Amino acid sequence: MNRSTLPKGWDGFAHDWAADQKVFKGMSWGKAMMWIFLLSDTFIFSCLLISLLTGRASTAVSWPDASVVFGLEVFGVSVPLLLIAIMTFVLISSSGTMAIAVKYGYEKNRKLCAIFLLLTALCGAAFVGMQAFEWTKLIVHEGVSPWGNPFGAEQFGAFFFMITGFHGTHVTIGVIFLLIMARKVWRGDFDSGRRGYFTTMKSDYLAIEIMGLYWHFVDLVWVFIFAFFYLW
Amino acid sequence: MLKHYKKQSHEIGVYLWIWGLLFVFSFFSYMVDYLDFEGTIRWTLIVIFMLSKAALIMAIFMHLFWERYAIVNVLLWPMTLMLLFVGIMAAESEYTLLTRLFYFIAGS
Repeated sequence: MNRSTLPKGWDGFAHDWAADQKVFKGMSWGKAMMWIFLLSDTFIFSCLLISLLTGRASTAVSWPDASVVFGLEVFGVSVPLLLIAIMTFVLISSSGTMAIAVKYGYEKNRKLCAIFLLLTALCGAAFVGMQAFEWTKLIVHEGVSPWGNPFGAEQFGAFFFMITGFHGTHVTIGVIFLLIMARKVWRGDFDSGRRGYFTTMKSDYLAIEIMGLYWHFVDLVWVFIFAFFYLW
Repeated sequence: MLKHYKKQSHEIGVYLWIWGLLFVFSFFSYMVDYLDFEGTIRWTLIVIFMLSKAALIMAIFMHLFWERYAIVNVLLWPMTLMLLFVGIMAAESEYTLLTRLFYFIAGS
């Protein structure tokens, strides 16, 4: 199938969907399925964030001030949301390195691709580490639990642990898969056609772009959590 | 296998630019909190920076800008429809708050 002869834009949209053939032309099934999975994940995170906004808007008790709760003392000066800001920049950087890893993957540049995958995993692990620090601080030192906290409305803790926990789980799973992918790339599995341990199938650098979609999605979700949970 | 599919290979400069822009937008949204903007201006700025970042990530990092409309429409319309859900739940929470305030204050 030659992509360049296909109609583009809205004509292409009508053509692809009306062709009585596979809809997503020029796209591997793995990539299409990752997109569909991410769409379903979007619904889950949307439900979590919408329930946060509903809970917050419907409580008669005042909501805890996030910039105070998540503030840090640096040399005696309290800076609002400092840790969250650092986490945001680390996660965005990991998205940047991932995009570059995907680029090198398409160029079949084995070493640079593996190095940037490792950098991405490193940033992801740092993010999870900072989140663990944040949770410890809130649970142990400030007594925040899913059913109460010293700052205001009780619902705050439940939403906080559910939403950041679910996101942190996604990051953790991403880091694990990034490490697996980095190993595969470094070993040259996608060049030698070595079969996967679980799938027993050959794979290639397309897998890196699919991995990238997942990782960028994790960053994308954090953009919304940062806005609605920490800044709102 | 790779040669059959569309390659999403772009200049590295594109990604570095978007990376930089994401840093700038994140810095701006942090400043919204740091400078203590309140009320409508706060929420407007937060949403503008949030959507700008989301658009950059999806369009460039996730390559949607270069994809065919067949997949772009499948993804963006359901996501847009979530706004309807937001609207419904906003109305619902207003009502819940109203009844709570009414019964807490009226006393039964």
